[in-house]
Amino acid sequence: MNLNTAYQTMQTRRHFFGRLGGGIGSVALASLMEPKLFGTNTGVGVGGHLTGLHHTPKAKRVIYLFQSGGPSHIDLIDYKPALRAHHGEDLPASIRMGQRLTGMTSGQSKFPCVAPMFEWKQHGKSGLWLSELLPHVGGVADQLCVVKSMWTEAINHDPAVTYIQTGSQQAGRPALGSWLSYGIGSENEQMPAFVVMISQGSGNKTDQPLSTRYWGNGFLPGEHQGVRFRSSGDPVLYLSDPAGIDRPTRRQMLNALDELNQLTADQVGDPEVNARIAQYEMAFRMQASVPELTDLSGEPRHVLESYGVTDAPTDGGYARNCLLARRMIERGVRFVQLMHRGWDQHNALPKQIRGQAGDVDRPTAALIADLKQRGLLEDTLVIWGGEFGRTVYSQGALTKDDYGRDHHGRCFSILMAGAGINAGTTYGSSDDFCYNIVENPVHIHDFNATVLHLLGIDHKRLTYKFQGRNFRLTDVHGEVVKGLMA
Amino acid sequence: MLPSQATLLVWLGAQILIGRGVLGGEGQALLEFNRDIRPILSEQCFTCHGFDTHQRKGQLRLDIRDEALHGGKSGKPAIVSGRPESSELVRRLLTTDPEDLMPPPDSGKSLTAAQRETLRRWVAEGAVYQEHWAFLAPKTPVTPAIRSNSWVRNPIDFFTAARMESLGLTPRPEADRMALIRRLALDLTGLPPTPADVETFVADNDSQAYEHLVRRLLDSPHYGERMAIEWLDAARYADTHGYHIDSARDMTAWRDWVIRAFNDNKPFDQFTVEQLAGDLLAKEKSPIAGSRDADLLVASGFNRNHMINYEGGAIPEEYAAAYVHDRVNATATVWLGLTMACAQCHDHKYDPLTMRDYYSFYAFFNNVPENGLDGRNGNAAPVVRLPTENQASELARLSAKLEEWNHRLASPDAEVDAAQSAWETEHKAQGAAAWTPAEVVELKSDQGTEFRRLDDGSYLATGTAPEKEVYTFTIKPALHQITGIRVEALADDSLPSHGPGRHPNGNIGLSDIRVNGTEALKIKSATADFSQADHAVAQAIDGDDSSAWTILPQSGRNHAAVFVLEQPFLPGTNGGPLTVQLMFHSPYVQHEIGRVRVSLTSTPEPREPSGLPDAVREALAKAAGERTEEQRASVRKYYREEVSPVAREWREQQVALRKQRESIEGKIPTAMVMGDMGSMRETHMLNRGQYDQPGAVVTAATPAALPPLPPGEAPNRLGLARWLVSNQQPLTPRVIVNRYWQMYFGQGLVKSAENLGSQGDLPTHPELLDWLAVEFVRSGWNVKHIQELIVTSATYRQSSAAPREQVVADPENRLLARGPRVRLGAEFIRDMAMSVSGLLNPRIGGESVLPYQPSGLWEELMSREDNDAFTAQKYSQDHGEKLYRRTMYTFVKRTAVHPSLATFDAPDRQVCTVRRPRTNTPLQALALMNDPTYVEASRVLGERLLASSTDDVARVETAFRLVLARAPKAAELAIVRRLLEEQRSHFGTKPEAADKLLRVGERPVGSGVNPAELAAWTVVASTLLNLDEAITKG
Repeated sequence: MNLNTAYQTMQTRRHFFGRLGGGIGSVALASLMEPKLFGTNTGVGVGGHLTGLHHTPKAKRVIYLFQSGGPSHIDLIDYKPALRAHHGEDLPASIRMGQRLTGMTSGQSKFPCVAPMFEWKQHGKSGLWLSELLPHVGGVADQLCVVKSMWTEAINHDPAVTYIQTGSQQAGRPALGSWLSYGIGSENEQMPAFVVMISQGSGNKTDQPLSTRYWGNGFLPGEHQGVRFRSSGDPVLYLSDPAGIDRPTRRQMLNALDELNQLTADQVGDPEVNARIAQYEMAFRMQASVPELTDLSGEPRHVLESYGVTDAPTDGGYARNCLLARRMIERGVRFVQLMHRGWDQHNALPKQIRGQAGDVDRPTAALIADLKQRGLLEDTLVIWGGEFGRTVYSQGALTKDDYGRDHHGRCFSILMAGAGINAGTTYGSSDDFCYNIVENPVHIHDFNATVLHLLGIDHKRLTYKFQGRNFRLTDVHGEVVKGLMA
Repeated sequence: MLPSQATLLVWLGAQILIGRGVLGGEGQALLEFNRDIRPILSEQCFTCHGFDTHQRKGQLRLDIRDEALHGGKSGKPAIVSGRPESSELVRRLLTTDPEDLMPPPDSGKSLTAAQRETLRRWVAEGAVYQEHWAFLAPKTPVTPAIRSNSWVRNPIDFFTAARMESLGLTPRPEADRMALIRRLALDLTGLPPTPADVETFVADNDSQAYEHLVRRLLDSPHYGERMAIEWLDAARYADTHGYHIDSARDMTAWRDWVIRAFNDNKPFDQFTVEQLAGDLLAKEKSPIAGSRDADLLVASGFNRNHMINYEGGAIPEEYAAAYVHDRVNATATVWLGLTMACAQCHDHKYDPLTMRDYYSFYAFFNNVPENGLDGRNGNAAPVVRLPTENQASELARLSAKLEEWNHRLASPDAEVDAAQSAWETEHKAQGAAAWTPAEVVELKSDQGTEFRRLDDGSYLATGTAPEKEVYTFTIKPALHQITGIRVEALADDSLPSHGPGRHPNGNIGLSDIRVNGTEALKIKSATADFSQADHAVAQAIDGDDSSAWTILPQSGRNHAAVFVLEQPFLPGTNGGPLTVQLMFHSPYVQHEIGRVRVSLTSTPEPREPSGLPDAVREALAKAAGERTEEQRASVRKYYREEVSPVAREWREQQVALRKQRESIEGKIPTAMVMGDMGSMRETHMLNRGQYDQPGAVVTAATPAALPPLPPGEAPNRLGLARWLVSNQQPLTPRVIVNRYWQMYFGQGLVKSAENLGSQGDLPTHPELLDWLAVEFVRSGWNVKHIQELIVTSATYRQSSAAPREQVVADPENRLLARGPRVRLGAEFIRDMAMSVSGLLNPRIGGESVLPYQPSGLWEELMSREDNDAFTAQKYSQDHGEKLYRRTMYTFVKRTAVHPSLATFDAPDRQVCTVRRPRTNTPLQALALMNDPTYVEASRVLGERLLASSTDDVARVETAFRLVLARAPKAAELAIVRRLLEEQRSHFGTKPEAADKLLRVGERPVGSGVNPAELAAWTVVASTLLNLDEAITKG
């Protein structure tokens, strides 16, 4: 690498929105640099480091509706009428196969199987079975690819979420969204590549905490960290000017600041100063563009109603976040991640899951339908899923109308919709106990490899050298799962 | 000679990596293995043809020359020295046949044409190998000859000048004094100089003025804080446990130790040994546990700073292993600059580190008496207790007083002893009932309580305590007549609060006693040794379920009640067995007696004035003269503690003192420390790094490719620590001086400060790196000496301003042909703003603080209904002076680092970090403009400016001197005055806007200030604090 390219790399590494340019006085500098194209012809956006995509992408962007805590695939998606016959019976040893259990149930003397206490119905042309908890999702059944054979080695939340997000159970690696920010950047230089939004559902109110690590940049430069958009206060931290400072005042201050910085730039010769001038200008523009993005007052009433956005939400803001996700990808955000808490239902599951599924059913379906109607589903990938599933056996006592389920990583289900997936199909299957996979296992590394593949990226070639080693999202694993792609 | 500007870029670019060289046969400089070849082989070939035997393909390795000459499975030599055309390696690189091409197309790797040509040429030149540079011992390099000596100030400069001369570059002139003092102050203390400091330095005519300034700053107590920050990153210091709930811990004592160590200029070898093995060193110095040097124990906390889990359901062994892995990785990165982690699951692919090496290193850290899941709340064992001076003196005072009371309680006292004799006599007269433990035929419970019979005839209840219960004793009446029944409720360690009841508070609640069931024998009277207020023992014979005999607050002690039958029970007449039912039916649930004994007597009118302990009872049964010494003591103790009103008062004093002592002890701060279990835990290699897949046993040892432990060193952490700073080991001094260099120049002489292995970057100035490393060891690992050398060099003193072409040609300043210009670290940006405004609270060390933070940031991530069971879940912002402490004391919550810090690239401290990235983003602009911290600092700075003069120009000058340590230029003055006038007229017509702006931040506005005027100056001050120059060391 010669110095010229080294310099460009250094410059383009700055992102969210880190590209140099646009600022006063950067013209002279720009002439020293080979122009770098951020056009759609390469598929790589602002701040992206790949020189081009590895193959033609199916998806340009992703909305990942992360269901934190581990939704019960057994009660929602993985329909097993045969399980009825085993209700209350101890889980056969031939199924459990000595599988490692969490410390919360490893001491139980009995492992009674629990058939879901919900009705099931078929939906769409594909005849997809879903539990009564997901009626609206049933309405978009033919847009879905249901993966019933996901698995992970992790059996507790912190390592499991860290694992599915970063490819490692231990802290320190970048999340999927950070990798995309680093690899292919944003489609709009005024928008971050990677946005995160948080909500707490009405299920388990003592659900697992989240860590910024789940959307952290790991060893990647800091600008690739997911930018948290918040539902109260400033949507982006420190976005608003302080009380008493209006826009003209801010503009006057910035004019003076730019001029003073430009004097420094001229004197010290350091392009960093020009970059900073540009970043202040970007910040100024964001102060207008972000509130415009988060302002839902322009959305028609029927749209708000279809998502279930209300003034007094009981879903912790999930519906609003779904609608915001659509507005974000419309504006070029590459990767929108919702983190919805409340799925960790160790006890009182029938009651908790009713509330929790009620939070997400309508908005999730509305988002998929809305994207479809706007033509965005063609190149947007939507994912709905958590860090693991739940056990077929009851945690604690099984009574007539109550049970709980512990964590289960050996087999769980997720939903996908949109760009490049095989809509209206189911991939993989589990045994009669939803406990072991019997067909087409999809490890979380395979899943992540597939997501990257859909985005035009070879997961083995999106790497970052750290501590002398080329790291990647899928560590040294991962196979693209052809079977779930169209 | 300087090349023309047009070619400067390309030419310089090539020079940085190529450097000087000897001309080779093809008319070009000869290639050098470490510089030109190893990086290519390492990146492209070693994965399959390197050190890792398990991954090796075709039995070929290219990292050893003989093996490459010999070739692999194919039998063809990979390399024929000097003959690329006969070398299989070259053929496979150049072939167009995808079957044969190397690296294989599906590997994701590929060589550029230039790299292929380089390898070909290297084979043509004879394929000379070199051992990896960092594994060779550093030798004192001869300072190179240079043409112009006039510029150099110390040996560092010979090396940089030689490099510059070889490229036809000349150093930049020395920076002016104002720039120098700002650079120095920020570099050595992390704080900007005051205008007075600047003025003094500028006016100092002494030829050693600069050197004096350096020494003054090195002696500043803020020097230790500045140096500590880099070390806290490396040590992954934080105020929370990091996993899951992420509750608080307290390692501030360790942080204070680090600051102190730097300020005391503790030699780095000692600094190392104390942090890695302070506990073992303390043991070596003082074998008696209680007298060990607490400072040494605190120091050993370095390797307890890792994250600690407690997630419900997590498996302890898994995390115990994760902690050891973390220690290995941190220690190897911080001292060796090696990526040991790569050898956790397989042999290292690039460096000579086997998996066996990894686990032999792991064994050093695998011996801590810790629990896998101990991160619930507060510090995890092992810890050292660290009473404050006040606590220590208060404890000493209480202990002395307690000793007095203890003595008094144990010593003869005429009055009390006389009363005791009287009591003994009375006791004999009254209670000399002969009690026989009942011969229990059967003991049943209504609600399933199970019993275990103990040797003393008592029964211990086990299993879950039911809410209500009835115990039914069936007793063989062995006496000729039964006049009374004694029920003893006995304390037991297995019971909650030591019993005697089963309720968590230890209380009992006997609602009723029935003798012989439905045709119950009448009970005449009941006496007990003790009854709770309003719960007299009579309530156990009143036939009322809602009332009961209870004993609080005297839980944890034996109690007894005696029930006298109205008519004696005569087995001969009444016949059959006797049943005694104890009813626990009161509203007080789980108040069953946990350990119960029933006795019978034939003595008429028995009473139980006291539930005497067995030992006392036995002693009293003997005449005073016949008692043993022990028995005498137990009677006295019992009498004085339980009976004598006088001695009971003494006793209350004693208890009160004990309580005070316990309360203080509960508040004594602790620090997590290292410890070693008695014998070394067996360490296994872990297949694929998994805790539950143990393989072969290994013992503690240093990596085979590095020197072994010196003879006589124990194979434990102490031996390892001494080895790390021994003369035999080539890496540590290089790694450390490289990171020091990075602190000043923004990057190390080896850019990859975390990795000096073969995949790391090559040093830009290898001889300089070695010279510094050797000098560091030679000076006795003198840390301040190395800082002083670097900052007094002419290299450091250069102006950072340079023609743009030069900056663009060498943006990272790898040629060191200009002074450093580096954006300040996250902590120093905020410190700067607080310092220049006068807000800064300069107190050093102590607790972590919670400054302004947007509300809800923590709560959004972790709100739970049971939050109050944990710490660090809700952000409770501090007030007053704590808002203005140096930023290094801001509470570090690993799962949610303070946003302003994270935005300026402060790491989250989850893992060891030895190099921070430096980004430049709009989020940083937003934080500096809008974070209340900076808005408040701007306003307070505005007040300071207003007070400094009545003249606007003078005020602007003061502002520049405070923030930038220099006067404004005319153009700058004009811009700032324009802004000032704009704001004056704006706020002059918008008093309500001014008012709102001034209310940001908790520091009150001074009285008598014109709000519009102050608002205008606030905007001016904010503008200056946002300047690139303000947040940059230049």
